[in-house]
Amino acid sequence: MGTRHEIELTLNGAPRTCVTEARTSLADLLRDGLGLTGTHLGCEHGVCGACTVLLDGEPVRSCIVLAAQADGCAVTTIEGVAGPDGRLSPVQEAFCQAHALQCGYCTPGMVLAAQALLDRTPHPERAEIDEALGGNICRCTGYVQIREAVELAAGEAGAR
Amino acid sequence: MTGYRYVSHPGPVREDRRFVTGRGRYVADITPPGTLHVGLVTSPHPHARITGIDASEALAVDGVVTVLTGAELAKDTEPLRQYLNVPDVQWRPLAVEATRYAGEWVAAVVATSRAVAEDGAELVQVDYEPLPAVLDPERAAEPDAPLVHPAHGTNVMTHREFRWGDVAGGQARAAGSVRVRTRWNRNSTVPLETFGVVASWDRTRDVLDVWASIQMPQFPDQLAGALRLPGNQVRVHFDVDVGGSYGVKRGIKHGVLAGYLSRLLDAPVKLIEDRAENMHGGDFHGPDRIFDVALAYDADGTFTHLDIEVIDDEGAYPGRSPLQLAKPIGAIVGPYRIPSATYTATAVVTNKTGQVAVRGFGQSPTNYAIEAAVDAAARELGVDRLELRRRNFIRPEEFPYRIPSGTEYDSGDYPAVLDKAVGIADWLALEARRDELRAAGKLAGIGVATCLEPGGGNAIFENLMNPENDKTTFPEACRLRVDGGGAVTAVIAISSAGQAHDTMVATLAGEELGRDPATITVVRADSLTGMPSQSPVGSRMTIVLGRAVRGAAAELKAKLCAIAAHNLGTAPEEVAYDGGDVFVRGDPDRRLTWAELVAIAQRKQHLMPPGLQPGLETLYVAHTPRSGTLAEPDGTVQLYPCYSFEAHVVLAAIDPGTGKVELDRYFLAHDCGTVINPEVVRGMVYGGTAHGIGVALYEQFAYSDEGQPLTQSFMDYLLPSAHEVPPIVDAEHCTPSPYTSLGQKGAGEAGYMGAPAAVAGAVNDALAARGAPPVHALPIKPVDIWAALRAPGTEGDPA
Repeated sequence: MGTRHEIELTLNGAPRTCVTEARTSLADLLRDGLGLTGTHLGCEHGVCGACTVLLDGEPVRSCIVLAAQADGCAVTTIEGVAGPDGRLSPVQEAFCQAHALQCGYCTPGMVLAAQALLDRTPHPERAEIDEALGGNICRCTGYVQIREAVELAAGEAGAR
Repeated sequence: MTGYRYVSHPGPVREDRRFVTGRGRYVADITPPGTLHVGLVTSPHPHARITGIDASEALAVDGVVTVLTGAELAKDTEPLRQYLNVPDVQWRPLAVEATRYAGEWVAAVVATSRAVAEDGAELVQVDYEPLPAVLDPERAAEPDAPLVHPAHGTNVMTHREFRWGDVAGGQARAAGSVRVRTRWNRNSTVPLETFGVVASWDRTRDVLDVWASIQMPQFPDQLAGALRLPGNQVRVHFDVDVGGSYGVKRGIKHGVLAGYLSRLLDAPVKLIEDRAENMHGGDFHGPDRIFDVALAYDADGTFTHLDIEVIDDEGAYPGRSPLQLAKPIGAIVGPYRIPSATYTATAVVTNKTGQVAVRGFGQSPTNYAIEAAVDAAARELGVDRLELRRRNFIRPEEFPYRIPSGTEYDSGDYPAVLDKAVGIADWLALEARRDELRAAGKLAGIGVATCLEPGGGNAIFENLMNPENDKTTFPEACRLRVDGGGAVTAVIAISSAGQAHDTMVATLAGEELGRDPATITVVRADSLTGMPSQSPVGSRMTIVLGRAVRGAAAELKAKLCAIAAHNLGTAPEEVAYDGGDVFVRGDPDRRLTWAELVAIAQRKQHLMPPGLQPGLETLYVAHTPRSGTLAEPDGTVQLYPCYSFEAHVVLAAIDPGTGKVELDRYFLAHDCGTVINPEVVRGMVYGGTAHGIGVALYEQFAYSDEGQPLTQSFMDYLLPSAHEVPPIVDAEHCTPSPYTSLGQKGAGEAGYMGAPAAVAGAVNDALAARGAPPVHALPIKPVDIWAALRAPGTEGDPA
């Protein structure tokens, strides 16, 4: 259906060439084409943030980014956050410590949004945390432990 | 909390690791080879006769495999289960002959990908003949209203009137009363994951494998029944992560449709709702109610009688939802000592999407109605809201306390918990903050709510609303097995939607056995290899599954003791279990270790007591505590076994120009008895509170007068984000339940039970300070506040 495009990505640090239909979203390419099912679809209209991935380090909603638009970009999904040995990132560790999740459906997007925040603002104020996570809906936690996790991760990052 | 080795201690939640790495396994992640995908054709009309369906264009699309209509599906399947006695109300996955709400599924297109299925769905031509629709529940109850199900003859599905206690006496003692009409508009839990199902028929084995994002009692049985299959040919897999549910993930129609298609096409079939299908066609809306409450009190402000009349809009297909009118009967007087009550409950159908079980099963709307009346009484009497509540609380020494409708509350200390909430809020400082906001030109008000969370759900409300349904059994089960190396595995047969059941079961099994929970594996059996289970509904798992874990552990320990006694040359009653070892009472040096006992049980028949089975595997199926009794003709019955309590204190600030509400401070004290894992419980409390904030201020499935859904997406149906949910401060209190294994009560609906009432109370407190009338309809939108500030007689009255 429609035209097909060959695109080149740096996916979780590794170069990758993919063929995609023009209409395929980045989320569908990641999930259906590449088997990276850690990216979750919540609304498919760019509101809930569950499908957040990092495109050249910036959080985007992969449900409203076309796969073809990611040509030449570095894409980080939740599968690329932990170390190659499986060691959790400080953000992931903090999410576990604070129990900043319940059902886990928003969690990959939330972890990536938090990561992007801490990458640019290592010691965010509470308002900055709310702003950074404001586009990611969590229906389970009420955000209290998520805020705690981000602050915890910021503290640990600062301690290193 | 002391006294327990593992329970109540802060500890990691074992599920979290896989979720933070994106390794959860949700139904959308499951795609067997050769899977076909479903797209849906939905009705644009709220009520219409289907006069023709032309699928030829869709079938011509490359990749479209088939198009199924409701008439075809109905030939080979049974209607979906109704819990009321309404045989002419037929609920099916695809509409047959007529559609009864905008968004209802009319046909299913099956294709090689979801995208192609959607292409096909756009090309299916359906001819409709529009019919009159009814949207307003009170209008629907009138005799001349358009009928949603003409064969049934009325839109009223059930109407029940109850009178409990000395009603005449309670009314006669009253010196006054307040009347409040509250509107709980249509909302739902709206999980971030829509509903999904994968069904795969194996014609060589005659088994339908089903993976679904399910949280539903009897799902396997009902699926098999509707598909006309014996139950042992349907295998529902419970090792599927569910991306949020809070009650609603009951996709029986989705399961029947996918199961039928898989058998028809001899291929795995996957149906993952998109957000629009979920919001308008999934039959996943929640309670939609109008309450008329009258609270009578004597000259001292002591409550003497409570009258509640409620009408609930079930949408087009009632299913299990009318039973949500019955559960609140178990806490119909809230935490208050009210000697008599009357309750009139009416369920009607309208041309809206169907209603389903939502977090609390009707309790939160009822709590909101009661608390609105209590606040109104305080305003009327000129008594402080905290004082009026304290004056009417059931006292701690009065438990167990039987309320007029027959339920006995197990335990509680309501004054202490309210004091705790007031304490952490630092009430005087909170008032000072309120005054500071007012001085800065804002409206500001403090809200209070005190209410119950029934826990340990059973299904006796089925019998209460339909005496022909005499079901009293609602069990949970756990199997414990110890392998040849001594490692313990706990087997359960439910799916989970974020409740951390693996952590809970490992913690409880570890506590009961005296073994480190970190060494205990928890696995999920499927519906054919598993045990009786009713799924995690009604805040019941710590209570009922906890009872099953205790039972299985007790049997395991008894077996170990029997083996030890036999080998130590003494009687079983002379030995004691100690963290895996068994020793002789009075001579603790005579003991056998866990490893020795395991070796005997698994490998040394010659050392086993005669008659004992080899191996170490025990199964315990537990009844819900305090269940097993049918309702009396007057509706009195023990509903749930345990009653958690919570007290909310919230400060709201409102911009008088825009009517926008911001929650400035949020405090809550909560008592669910013995806490299994503190991190899990506080997460439940915060999350339920945030959900309740959404109900109070933002969330509504709105319809136009013509029956078209106005909330088409998350741009219109507003879920609270980090901007809307303030920091919530929770203090836990523990009044153990005498009826559970370790004193635990339910927590799955915590926060949600009282947040809508508390937030509404805060807004109304702010309005009252400006002389404006209270708003008694949720969600309270900026326009409602704007209008209240300009109501006749207020400062802003334009006249």
